[in-house]
Amino acid sequence: MAVKRLILNFPAHLVDQPVTYKLIKKFDLRVNILRARITPREEGKLMVEISGKKSKLEAGLRYLAELGLAVQSLAQEVNRRQERCIECGACVSICPSGALAVERPTMHVSFFGDKCIACELCVPACPYKAMEILF
Amino acid sequence: MAKTIREINEKIKHGKAVVVDAEEVIEMVRQKGIKQAATEVDVVTTGTFAPMCSSGAYFNTGHSRPRIKLGGGRVTLNDVPAYTGFAAVDLFLGSTALPEDDPRNRIYPGKFAYGGAHVIEDLVAGKDVRLVAQAYGTDCYPRRGLDSWIRLEDMNEAVLFNMRNAYQNYNVAVNLSDRVIHTYMGLLQPGMRNATYCSAGQLSPLMNDPYYRTIGMGTAIFLGGGVGYIVGSGTQHNPTVPRGENGVPRMGAGTLCVMGNLKQMSSRWLRGASFTGYGTTLAVGIGVPIPILDEEVLRFASVQDADIFAQVVDYSEAYPNCNPISLGEVSYAQLKSGSISVRGKKVKTAGLSSYARAKEIATILREWILNGRFFLTESSVSLPSVDSGIQFRPLTERPVQNRATPMGLQRLGVDSSI
Ligand code: SF4
Ligand code: SF4
Repeated sequence: MAVKRLILNFPAHLVDQPVTYKLIKKFDLRVNILRARITPREEGKLMVEISGKKSKLEAGLRYLAELGLAVQSLAQEVNRRQERCIECGACVSICPSGALAVERPTMHVSFFGDKCIACELCVPACPYKAMEILF
Repeated sequence: MAKTIREINEKIKHGKAVVVDAEEVIEMVRQKGIKQAATEVDVVTTGTFAPMCSSGAYFNTGHSRPRIKLGGGRVTLNDVPAYTGFAAVDLFLGSTALPEDDPRNRIYPGKFAYGGAHVIEDLVAGKDVRLVAQAYGTDCYPRRGLDSWIRLEDMNEAVLFNMRNAYQNYNVAVNLSDRVIHTYMGLLQPGMRNATYCSAGQLSPLMNDPYYRTIGMGTAIFLGGGVGYIVGSGTQHNPTVPRGENGVPRMGAGTLCVMGNLKQMSSRWLRGASFTGYGTTLAVGIGVPIPILDEEVLRFASVQDADIFAQVVDYSEAYPNCNPISLGEVSYAQLKSGSISVRGKKVKTAGLSSYARAKEIATILREWILNGRFFLTESSVSLPSVDSGIQFRPLTERPVQNRATPMGLQRLGVDSSI
């Protein structure tokens, strides 16, 4: 079983297409929608976790690319600016996914981009503006 | 076997001093025992890096030509107002000062993106800051306005002066209400879903010398990346609170007033912070060396997180109303584990004080001493301790009855009702 966390960028003409339905029906994938957003210019962004057989997942991704959807990996969407972070850990109890975590006993704070669901909760919680969303 | 600071400095000079940090010393004492370790160790270094609101800096900008008297006038640095109630070109900038046009909490919760603390960080980073001044003009200081870029290196003096830093212990904050609250202890989720704390515990300076035996006025310290000094006890210094058997206060107690030349400091160790819904503040890095004069000093300096306790306080009701009720006591070992138990409920914890950076400061200070770059100073006056009889006072309000009395008449002692 393979799992991918992705951001699907829908251009305006695809916003009304049943893309997730096709992914589920045609490729036998599990699609978990983490977040959705439609911009004022009617473009859509869908944050999803897709899981299924590796071959099916790859086929599904090819289908999305053929449709004209830009697919990004989630890890690129949220960034921790290392030089701003003081490793206090204030964000850690707020982060729901475990992407921000404390290593014990050194108490260093790590950021695991692949676990992040880009919920943005850490952005106002960080006093040093270390967490930025490039969404 | 007792040692003196002078003897320790001799050893530092000859590269023979044994220096460990306040974390390493715990293991060392466990292995060798207090007696043996006290003969071996000369200095224990401590550290803390956390938001400390009562921080600020004073500056002498140099005189303009023609001269201007900023004293009694208005000055902003990058739009943040500075205090001018001094001589011609002396200024004080506080870390929580905000630009006039910052919306503050009018759009709740406010972002507080930039304030006095950020100006201090920018200056220390070597950046240009815009100085705008309005003055009233005098015969000797005729100029009335100024709008100029200024840098730290251009100023005559730039001194960090923090009237309260390095709190000896602090509250653990929770929120018992049913709405999110935004505090200086960070975002607190309703129904006690998280707890925040703010101390480096076993690494924190005053936790390691709980009765201030070696720390006092004149003690040289690591401050903001440079060398600074303890000026005395800080504001709200309150040594008479309840303590554990190990002497460590079980709640906020002693504080330090510190100063140091801003020009030697670095923005890695002085950092502007924005607390959503609360305001701006300065994260300050401080490290205090503790000379191991005898076994007792070492016993104090080898305190560990499991033996340091703090009180859990509700920041939705109890704290704002100045109602000192504790919901329970927890140790720093529990706090650092990631969750504590309060009234039978498991609560996730997060620190505001960076333990990782505190350790780094203690390590840097250790290196400075080992390399003979930093010597210990004898303190000239001790900080008030448990026998000082200090009482922490709330404000006794004496409301003004006749609000209609104009201030001018009041000052003259004239009764306006005549
Ligand atoms: S709250 Fe900000 S500074 Fe603190 S650990 Fe998290 S990202 Fe780093
Ligand atoms: S965006 Fe959300 S999931 Fe990602 S690090 Fe921040 S709090 Fe955690």
